[in-house]
Amino acid sequence: MSNLALIATLLVMMALAYHLGLTRSRAVAAEHDVRMHSRPGYYGVLVALWCGLPALAIFLLWSFLAPQLIDMLVTQQLPADLVAGLSDRELQTLLRRVAALANGQGVSGGGSPEELAAAGHMARLQTIENFSLVALMAVLVVAGLIVARRRISPSWRARNQVERVIMFALAASSAVAIFTTIGIVLSMLGEALRFFSFISPAEFFFGTVWNPRFSTAGASSQGDFGLLPLLWGTMMVSAIALLVAIPVGLMTAIYMAEYAPPWLRNVAKPVIEILAGIPTIVYGFFALIVVGPFLSSVGDLIGINIRTTSALTAGLVMGIMIIPFVSSLSDDIITQVPKSLRDGALGLGATKSETIRQVVLPAALPGIVGAFLLAASRAIGETMIVVLAAGNNPVLHANPFEAVSTITVTIVNQLTGDMDFASPQSLVAFALGLTLFVITLGLNVIALVVVRKYRQQYE
Amino acid sequence: MSISIEQRRQHRLMTIEKSLAKRHRKENVFRRLGLMAVITGMTLVAILFASILMRGVPAFWQATFYVDVYFDPEVIELEPKPERESGESQFAFNERYTQWMTRAGLVNWQALIDRAVEDALGEEIEPRQLRDLRALVTSGERYALRDRFVEDPSLLGQTVELKMLASANVDVWIKGNIDRDLPDARQQLSAQTRAWADQLDEQGVIRNAFSTSLFLNTDSRSSLASAGLAGAFMGSLFMMMVVITLSVPLGVSSAIYLEEFAPKNRLTDLIEININNLAAVPSIVFGLLGASIFIGYLRLPLSAPLVGGLVLTLMTLPTIIIATRASLRSIPPSIRQAALGIGASRVQTVFHHVLPLALPGILTGSILGVAQALGETAPLLLIGMNAFVANVPGTPLDQSTALPVQIYLWQGNELRNFFEARTSAAIIVLLGLMLSLNALAIWLRKKFETRW
Repeated sequence: MSNLALIATLLVMMALAYHLGLTRSRAVAAEHDVRMHSRPGYYGVLVALWCGLPALAIFLLWSFLAPQLIDMLVTQQLPADLVAGLSDRELQTLLRRVAALANGQGVSGGGSPEELAAAGHMARLQTIENFSLVALMAVLVVAGLIVARRRISPSWRARNQVERVIMFALAASSAVAIFTTIGIVLSMLGEALRFFSFISPAEFFFGTVWNPRFSTAGASSQGDFGLLPLLWGTMMVSAIALLVAIPVGLMTAIYMAEYAPPWLRNVAKPVIEILAGIPTIVYGFFALIVVGPFLSSVGDLIGINIRTTSALTAGLVMGIMIIPFVSSLSDDIITQVPKSLRDGALGLGATKSETIRQVVLPAALPGIVGAFLLAASRAIGETMIVVLAAGNNPVLHANPFEAVSTITVTIVNQLTGDMDFASPQSLVAFALGLTLFVITLGLNVIALVVVRKYRQQYE
Repeated sequence: MSISIEQRRQHRLMTIEKSLAKRHRKENVFRRLGLMAVITGMTLVAILFASILMRGVPAFWQATFYVDVYFDPEVIELEPKPERESGESQFAFNERYTQWMTRAGLVNWQALIDRAVEDALGEEIEPRQLRDLRALVTSGERYALRDRFVEDPSLLGQTVELKMLASANVDVWIKGNIDRDLPDARQQLSAQTRAWADQLDEQGVIRNAFSTSLFLNTDSRSSLASAGLAGAFMGSLFMMMVVITLSVPLGVSSAIYLEEFAPKNRLTDLIEININNLAAVPSIVFGLLGASIFIGYLRLPLSAPLVGGLVLTLMTLPTIIIATRASLRSIPPSIRQAALGIGASRVQTVFHHVLPLALPGILTGSILGVAQALGETAPLLLIGMNAFVANVPGTPLDQSTALPVQIYLWQGNELRNFFEARTSAAIIVLLGLMLSLNALAIWLRKKFETRW
């Protein structure tokens, strides 16, 4: 049976179990002429859970372990002289060929006799595995059903048990976020450590030349993996972006919170929200075909050589992208400043702008700084705009009119197409990713702490 | 030398008045600065939309040939399409049918197109000019012709007026997207082809017609004029299905736990900080996670929408959790107290009373999260979804691209004159999808917004 059919059958069985539990609990109640502990539905759900959960657990465990077991058994079956000289990777390839033969898909060049024999073996094992899984699940389903149905009695606390299962499921799903973080850290650390076995960390973090060469060039010409040009490019683009986004975003927020008539707020707020939803690839394309050529011709006009794809182009457009981000964060923070502060200042005769500049903004400063930090972390991690518009020129220079390269661009360049996780050329992406993760994490943590402190101040 | 009190008062008033005028001027300047910031932001956005629309909208209309195609029996040397006979097994029929299809594929369909265009031009074409002639109609049309015939074999021997897309270069030439005065060496088309294109344009054989190829075809490398978004669209659809089925239930239940049930201790504090951080982790980091764990360790296939969907699920999870928590928090405690007061359990309180009231907010947050996932590009590049795929994926495990990735691939195409417009058109499609999702979310919130 295919997995899909198996799960579907299981669901049908669970529905049946629900019905059986429901009717049984009613029958018990009528029989003894007593009130049950829980409402009938809970008995139904509980019986369904008894029926379905063990089978589901076995199914998951099985689909995780069985293929590995089969691979192991098939490998043992293979002639020893065939397996002996193979590396791990080649063995995997061989097993995949055998699996393809076993499923009747055929492989390039047909299978060798050994492969065909192994495929036959594998097919037999797979049949056994499938049958035993179905049998085991059937036994568990029926046993669960019978046991749970027998246990239905007025004193069985069905609701409490169902609720315990629900609570467990809820808690388990909130653990997914934790596992994601652990997964990010572990995977990046693991691959980055492998990278550092090729290149020393000092060379990576303090190198000033980025020239990774191609992975096919052989181990003798390893190339230079200096982080600094990329870090510098990232900082330059982000700084330009923040120079654009912070004044415009902050002034927009101030105007929206303090001056704008309600109708303008009602129009502008959704517009800003929609803006925040425009994909970055669109901004990147806009930078490439509109902003870049425009800046370049402006440069020609005033006698500066501005390249079409440059730090300036990318930074400018990235700034446009984070304006809504800065403004909506700052708006939230400014509106949180208590009205009494404003009233006090206005009552002393300050004008509105004096109130804002000398009372509201200083009061909101920690929160606004937090918003800026979040904006900075977003600018540093932004990818598509810089991929399209920064020009990919990993050289240390201070000219914003020239092309640069950033950490994110380099991750994309090093890891697209080639999925060979053995060469420093692709592993470096993980070291870069780790650097990026640590930088943005640092900024986020500081920002969150600052914003939280600020919130507590006025709550 | 004494100044009278009256004078002193006068003097003070004047000072105040002077400084007041200055302060009011400053006030005006400040307010104007704010207004200017708003206007700047809006203008920039308007420029963005205008430039994309201006470039993209014309691409929905393509130079199209309206020619009479004669399905010449001498060229189409095929026996009648096999019908399943009584008593024939399905297998035998399939065998026969496949053989017939193979022979149909070998027919020189291009010759029919050549003839049709030649007739439209009204002149005899010498064999050495055939290359120039074939540069007119896009190469994908011969397959379209074959498919049309296979579907309706009774066309044999008939003459039918058909619409055929002009090649990308002809489209560029007719629309004037290339400098017509460029020297021959820098033109994409030969002088002869250009002359023919102009002639046919004047005759009305080539017309600018709305083309569905962008929506119905898959990407193509050989027949650029008929490259479309169908494959990328299906890829995105599969990914969104994965995202919706995984990240919405996971996110909502995780938010319910954290907001309603979790004890306030170190661990839950850690989870909370962790979720806020995950929401701000750059999307490309999730791509690295996918490349290393899903592809490198779990050995899931490259370029599969399933893997893309998983990566995007992890990425949108924090967004959905945060939105759901905010929505749950806005439900007043009195609702909970009332339910608990009449004897409901905590689980019943949450699922029967709090959750239904929070549903609009949860829905809005989820839609916004899914829209964000729909537009994400960077992580998909790292899990191989930027491969060229010429088929519409049939399952979430087939090779596929996604809409934003297709945009990325097209903007890098060498035939800039044609693909600048086509990429913009693809962006219009993507933005249309995303903005309608966003608008739906905002409308839902407005409609169901309750002030407690």
